[in-house]
Amino acid sequence: MSAAATPAAVPEAVRALARRHRFRAYETLPWIAAIGGYFLFPDYLALGAQVFIAILFALATDLILGYGGIITLGQAAFFGAGAYACGLVSAHGWGEPLSLLLIGAAAAALVGFLSGFVVLRATGLTQLMLTLIVAVMLQEAANKANDLTGGANGLQGMEIWPILGLFPFDLYGVAAYLYCLAVLFLGWLVLRTLVHSPFGRSLTGIRESEARMNAIGSPVFRRRLAAYVISAALAGVAGALAAETTQLVALDALSFDRSGGVVIMLIVGGIGRLYGGFIGVPLYMIAQDRFAEIDPVYWYFWIGLFLLLVVLFARGGMIGLGETLWRRLKFIPLRPWGRRG
Amino acid sequence: MGKESVAYAPPHPAPLPPNGAERGIPPALETRGLDKSFGALAVTHAVDFRLERGARHALIGPNGAGKTTFVNLVTGALRPSAGAIFLDGADITPLSQDRRVKLGIARTYQINTLFRGLSVLENVCLAIGERLGLGGRLFRPVGLRRDVIEAAYALLERLRLAEDAGRLVRELPYGRQRLVEIAVALGLEPKVLLLDEPAAGVPSAESGIIVDVIETLPADLALLIIEHDMELVFRLARRITVLVQGAILVEGTPAEIAADARVREVYLGERTRH
Repeated sequence: MSAAATPAAVPEAVRALARRHRFRAYETLPWIAAIGGYFLFPDYLALGAQVFIAILFALATDLILGYGGIITLGQAAFFGAGAYACGLVSAHGWGEPLSLLLIGAAAAALVGFLSGFVVLRATGLTQLMLTLIVAVMLQEAANKANDLTGGANGLQGMEIWPILGLFPFDLYGVAAYLYCLAVLFLGWLVLRTLVHSPFGRSLTGIRESEARMNAIGSPVFRRRLAAYVISAALAGVAGALAAETTQLVALDALSFDRSGGVVIMLIVGGIGRLYGGFIGVPLYMIAQDRFAEIDPVYWYFWIGLFLLLVVLFARGGMIGLGETLWRRLKFIPLRPWGRRG
Repeated sequence: MGKESVAYAPPHPAPLPPNGAERGIPPALETRGLDKSFGALAVTHAVDFRLERGARHALIGPNGAGKTTFVNLVTGALRPSAGAIFLDGADITPLSQDRRVKLGIARTYQINTLFRGLSVLENVCLAIGERLGLGGRLFRPVGLRRDVIEAAYALLERLRLAEDAGRLVRELPYGRQRLVEIAVALGLEPKVLLLDEPAAGVPSAESGIIVDVIETLPADLALLIIEHDMELVFRLARRITVLVQGAILVEGTPAEIAADARVREVYLGERTRH
């Protein structure tokens, strides 16, 4: 090896770590695609808005699942809490959409804070069961509180005012599409900042070795609880967005399908990578749509087979697969700093 | 000639390490009547132990003597069944593990316990970040704390790990990972450092680095080293405590320990069975 090119050469490892948080060109791709989609598929804007909401929900889940290493099958509790809080307030006469998002976030954060004390004391399968139980209990409570939530019929009588007092939600979903895209963008910015912050890195540290995090003086439980609450709040925003754009909240907002679905979408896209949701959500939704059309009776079987293949042959999801192929193509060894962001 | 040899007679043997208690200075670390039992099994029994400031102290004993349990009790990973732990004379028994680290107790692990999926550099950065109290900050990216990254790199250079700074820990040979163990602990700039078999699993060609590192530790740092390699123990330690079945058998200078009949019987006898 020859001498370094510059006299006061900064070690490569230091440079790489100091630059890791910088924006890369590829990070503009989802947003270019989203804006392109607006012009290319004007008939599918309402669907597009739902995709953005699902991506935001997946992002929130990725923070605790992928970065925090908290195993969850109960993320719908927060989505539903946000949706019902938003729906209830708007049905009682306050329909300003932005403040309703905050109300949804606060309600979900509260649920996250309270349930976090129980859920985060446990580990492994116990933890998984506890997350599931919290969501199921909330769903059952919403079902029983018929007078308040409308029970199985769903919450009626929501009225959402125009966004910023200017843009009413229209039949074609133009406003909803752009509104959800803007909220998703903000949510992504917040999360991207978080995962590169010392807090986010300490979460990754906890995922890699909880014992060592304890041994370097990190208050592990507090960090996990903070991550849990932040994730819940973001999921609550997604839930509130869903309530506002559909002007309806039903029990499925709290359903196990929603909790499990978001985890599956993340696995398909790639967990702990920040972009897993951007790939996994559309792919899963498209696959669901295609399979249901090709084989209306047994389409769930094909979804299952598809998932099996992903888990067996693409461990890091689609993003992981892409990284592997890219390395093969360029004969680049493993990325030297951090496997998953 | 004869006169000269008298004039240049070797000095008296080095005095024993200063006994802090006599001078009214509390030891860096002290345990009183420390007990730990798992059900009916007593793994630590009535341990009264003192680690003076600047100590180079070894804890030895046969397998299963409770050495690692002792480290876990001192760091707070385990709660004692009875007894108390003091740091600089202050009772730290009720404090959680992270509080104790903040007060200056750091440890390494007998079996590598590192952030395997992160780079060597970031392993140390995490420790330094926690020491500086950055760990809870939500917004400013780690990458903008150039001071933290460079401090971590300087530490790696000291441990001759700089060339591996950018590699993932899990890609390193086990012996190099042992060094990262020490680097992470040193990133905390501890007052009391507990090394749990730092040379275990290190090829003999590389254990010299570990000795060098330990010999260049700050003079006021209190070091407790658990080690099976007797050569290393007698080279580094100025005091040795022998732990057998959870209780202190004897404590003394290396010379006293080497001459102790009970130690030979219990400890060295066990060694020959390896």
